[in-house]
Amino acid sequence: MRGLRVRLWQGGLLLGFLLLWEWASRTGRIDPFFFSYPSEIAQRVWRWFATGEVYPHLYVTTVEMLLAFALGTLLGVALGLWLALSPKAAAVLDPYVKALNAIPRVVLAPIFTLWFGLGILSKVALGVTLVFFVAFFNTYQGVKEVPPVVLQNARLLGARPSHLLRHVYLPAAASWIFSSLRTSIGFAVIGAVVGEYLGSAAGLGYLIAQAEGVFDTTGVFAGMVVLMAFVLVLDALVGAVERRLLVWRPKEREGGTA
Amino acid sequence: MSFLEFRRLSVAFGDYVAVEGVSLQVAEGEFVSLVGPTGCGKSTLLNAAAGLLSPSEGEVWVAGRPLKGLNPVAGYLFQQDAILPWKTALDNVALPLVFRGTPWGEARERARAWLAKVGLERFAQRFPHQLSGGQRKRVGLAQVLIADPKLLLMDEPFSALDVQTRQLMENELLRLWQEDRKTVLFVTHDLEEAIALSDRVVVMAAGPRSRPIGEFPIPLPRPRDVAEVRLTPEFLRLHREIWELLRGEVMRAHAGA
Repeated sequence: MRGLRVRLWQGGLLLGFLLLWEWASRTGRIDPFFFSYPSEIAQRVWRWFATGEVYPHLYVTTVEMLLAFALGTLLGVALGLWLALSPKAAAVLDPYVKALNAIPRVVLAPIFTLWFGLGILSKVALGVTLVFFVAFFNTYQGVKEVPPVVLQNARLLGARPSHLLRHVYLPAAASWIFSSLRTSIGFAVIGAVVGEYLGSAAGLGYLIAQAEGVFDTTGVFAGMVVLMAFVLVLDALVGAVERRLLVWRPKEREGGTA
Repeated sequence: MSFLEFRRLSVAFGDYVAVEGVSLQVAEGEFVSLVGPTGCGKSTLLNAAAGLLSPSEGEVWVAGRPLKGLNPVAGYLFQQDAILPWKTALDNVALPLVFRGTPWGEARERARAWLAKVGLERFAQRFPHQLSGGQRKRVGLAQVLIADPKLLLMDEPFSALDVQTRQLMENELLRLWQEDRKTVLFVTHDLEEAIALSDRVVVMAAGPRSRPIGEFPIPLPRPRDVAEVRLTPEFLRLHREIWELLRGEVMRAHAGA
């Protein structure tokens, strides 16, 4: 019952906001040239999907972000494991990791465009630089926080390094890695879209940039809506996988933010 | 013949010398308890016997050889929960066999038998957080025993349990130990527990620079029931005798703390 009431409030809030927006635009309280109308944005999104003109762009962005997501996560987890398990390497590489992470990633976009061209590679590269650090720091932290007594117990029970990795370190880091995955998806999309926005011939970022170029605010907002829905779907997918893989975790307080 | 032997063993952590010049022998199949006030280095000795700590001086001998690295014949039951929270009770118990190269199927089968031995066959698929403290200890015990260690090291394993559960676990431990008489080194700060379980009780001095200061054979007949044996006159006599020595050390530890 409580869940239903929350849902009703959530739906009501969205509906109220959209109605207010529509009303303000229709009555001229805000300039429709800059803010468009929710109804028109919805129509535009509908038309994009109905005519199919959005699919090639959606496809390109999806490929870019999935590649960035997968590659960045893989590299981040691998390096996170390595540095967490090898304090010497961590001590040597620490300033480099910090320095690289200090670069605002957007300024890398032009150089990646020069290196990798206008195709999907430059966007994937940009996404990887964002996703990598999230996965890296979380894996590192997760491995570092394995309770020492669990580790000693496993070693005394005869675990070799490969066993420790498989049965102790990775499962222990898993909850950290999963929480990082949800952030990573957002970052992968940022990488892809910003890359497209700065120079490309296809993708949702390109679509938004084109719309912006002709002062088509409806198109800009429609692009944002599609992106948002896209990220929400991926987030739900990761959440479902997470629930399956982390069944061993004690339930957080019931009724909390889920 | 002694199975485990500390030879003039000292362990220091930086400037702090936890134990110094400890010489102690534990015979094969003997159940020995170490008692002493908090901070007397009981756990340090246990960790040295497990090979988790390397001594700053002296040696640990196991089965006639000096110990190097982790002790391969020791099973260690920790004070805290040390089973893997992300594995079911069954998989936790099966794990030591898997580490030794047994396929999962066979390992689970044997683990099921061990779970039954500690009375948890109905809880095989539960995760540790779904078990009570006593049940988690049973899983831990089965996990340690399934690998059939020659030497069992126990660090206040039951101290976090309530009194009833604790006596149940102590009796359970004695029952399992009775089956094949492993060599046991049991650390506790509870003198009654030490007397009820052991063949011999060793009293440690208050730290730092702790070492054994008294040994008491416990000639109580076996098999014992830990609750009943506490009421016998012989038990009370032993308790009085050992406490006489232990009390002074407890006072010293308090004065130092």
